[in-house]
Amino acid sequence: MKALVWHGTNDVRVERVPDPEILNGRDAIVKITSTAICGSDLHLLDGVIPTMKEGDILGHEFMGEVVEVGRHNTALKVGDRVVVPFTIACGHCFFCQKQLWSLCDNSNPNAWMVEKRYGFSCAGLFGYSHMMGGYAGGQAEYARVPFADVGPIKIPDGISDEQVLFLSDIFPTGYMAAENCAITPADTIAVWGCGPVGQFAIKSAYLLGAERVIAIDGVPARLRMAAEQGGADVINFEHEDVFDRLKEMTGGMGPDACIDAVGLEAHGATLDAYYDQIKAATFRATDRPNALRQAIHCCRKGGIVSIPGVYGGFLDKIPFGAAFGKGLTFKMGQTHMMRYMKPLLDLVQAGAIDPSFVITHRVPLDRAAEAYKTFRDDKDHCIKVVLKPQGGATVH
Amino acid sequence: MTSDVNVADVERWASALGGAALAAYGIKQLKDRSPAGAAFAAAGTALIMRGATGHCPMYDAVGINTADERDDTREHLAGARGVNVEEVVTINRPASDLYRCWRDFEMLPRFMEYVDSVRQLDHRRSHWIVKGPAGRRVEWTAEIINEIADELIGWRTLDGADVVSAGSVRFVPAPGARGTQVRVRLQYDPPGGKIGSAIAWIFGAEPSQTIREGLRRFKQLMEAGEMPTTSGQPRGGAR
Repeated sequence: MKALVWHGTNDVRVERVPDPEILNGRDAIVKITSTAICGSDLHLLDGVIPTMKEGDILGHEFMGEVVEVGRHNTALKVGDRVVVPFTIACGHCFFCQKQLWSLCDNSNPNAWMVEKRYGFSCAGLFGYSHMMGGYAGGQAEYARVPFADVGPIKIPDGISDEQVLFLSDIFPTGYMAAENCAITPADTIAVWGCGPVGQFAIKSAYLLGAERVIAIDGVPARLRMAAEQGGADVINFEHEDVFDRLKEMTGGMGPDACIDAVGLEAHGATLDAYYDQIKAATFRATDRPNALRQAIHCCRKGGIVSIPGVYGGFLDKIPFGAAFGKGLTFKMGQTHMMRYMKPLLDLVQAGAIDPSFVITHRVPLDRAAEAYKTFRDDKDHCIKVVLKPQGGATVH
Repeated sequence: MTSDVNVADVERWASALGGAALAAYGIKQLKDRSPAGAAFAAAGTALIMRGATGHCPMYDAVGINTADERDDTREHLAGARGVNVEEVVTINRPASDLYRCWRDFEMLPRFMEYVDSVRQLDHRRSHWIVKGPAGRRVEWTAEIINEIADELIGWRTLDGADVVSAGSVRFVPAPGARGTQVRVRLQYDPPGGKIGSAIAWIFGAEPSQTIREGLRRFKQLMEAGEMPTTSGQPRGGAR
């Protein structure tokens, strides 16, 4: 089959690899009909996620048709149409039973690598480094799905791939970010980063009853989408002082909750952002957390900082004094996917949201390598790329 | 252990002698009408009691027990000679299920990757073969020396083993409905020569890591019904 393979920093290629096979009784093989490039895949392209190896197949947002099931998998059958969540969970451990699916004890074959770094391991993920399990990803024609009797959700006919594909990651991720804000009527939510997760966080905050959402980014096309599709008020950090604007817009109080949908590769126009770039470039820090710093600084007293943006290592100059002094609450982590997939599918079916609004590019799998660079470099126009491994994509 | 002795022998003698000296000094001070004398005499008496009974209320309060050094592993591998490993994992299954699975020794190689095979000789004895480097095999016969159904299995190697070792696995109910804490203790005396280097190769610089991975796989098998793997999945070519 064809798959997108990581060869090193700034080097991904589509090439022929062997087809996947069932390796465990609960596995399934999915023939992929749609798959997407995630903002977090750009961290892999940029080489900032440790424990990648040449030859790794990327991709963690995919869906398709079940073509084979393992002998212990009674939940799926050949022909089922499924969306596969990016986190892998066993369904039986302490954490799965507490619905903390992304913290599953049993799905990461390389748990020891995470234990060395984090103390305890989190769940395995598709196509996202060996530390996170080393599982082959879904930017391919086929993928093997472990514990496939727990994760994949069946999709009825009569609803398009594009409407449900993002149940695999970014819609639940944006939704959990908003849910973590414990929104009550009259709340103002500020969202840093108007990439796809930020866009879904904005929509979700309104779905959960927020009075107002304020979106912050430096890319005009993203801000336009946040305003037009999400109904958010916007701040362009290239032109305005974020703290002053937020304070003014919230009557001097600050936002009730702040969502950092940016993560470890933040770009910014403030002095600390340049400081982070220099430190990371000279290997004296691993992450560039200036969006997080700003979110902490801007948040109202007693507010919540919700972090769906990915962080991997050690953060420098976090204003912990401000966090403590203002009595902030922090909520973060990989999305507990299986909590959200069914309720959000219901919302899509009910017509409350059409997640396909974020798609800007549709590309055949053959052109995935090029699409990665478009996504990273051509930020003004590219917000979300969907790949079509079985053909049928119209080139944008 | 039901005895309330919690002070080791040497320490008991030291307590008794030190206590006697302190009490004598205190009594002399009392005679000289020093108020501190009473405190010295009282402390000395307490130390004498500690020495005579082997029980220290202070140790009791903080959970220290210096007398409890006679469990199965250390009984058979005296002193600090061997390598000692202790690992614990919580598994979301009742102790009886875990005990039953573990007690089926011939199935242990499923989750102990370094064990090639285990053959049950009779109810108490089993023969173990472990894979070493370059096809070398390390073998021993083990016997169960202590067994409480659903709670404990203790074993040691018999004469003629390539590696002298002893160990135990305990199944302790976890608080609430969290399943069972599985505690493994293993002690072995690393031999010299080729067998020694084979053992070093198997267990590496961190023997606890090997045991931890074995316990992790046991947990995966018991909770998820299978052990996650990527071995055999497709990958791209390295050029």
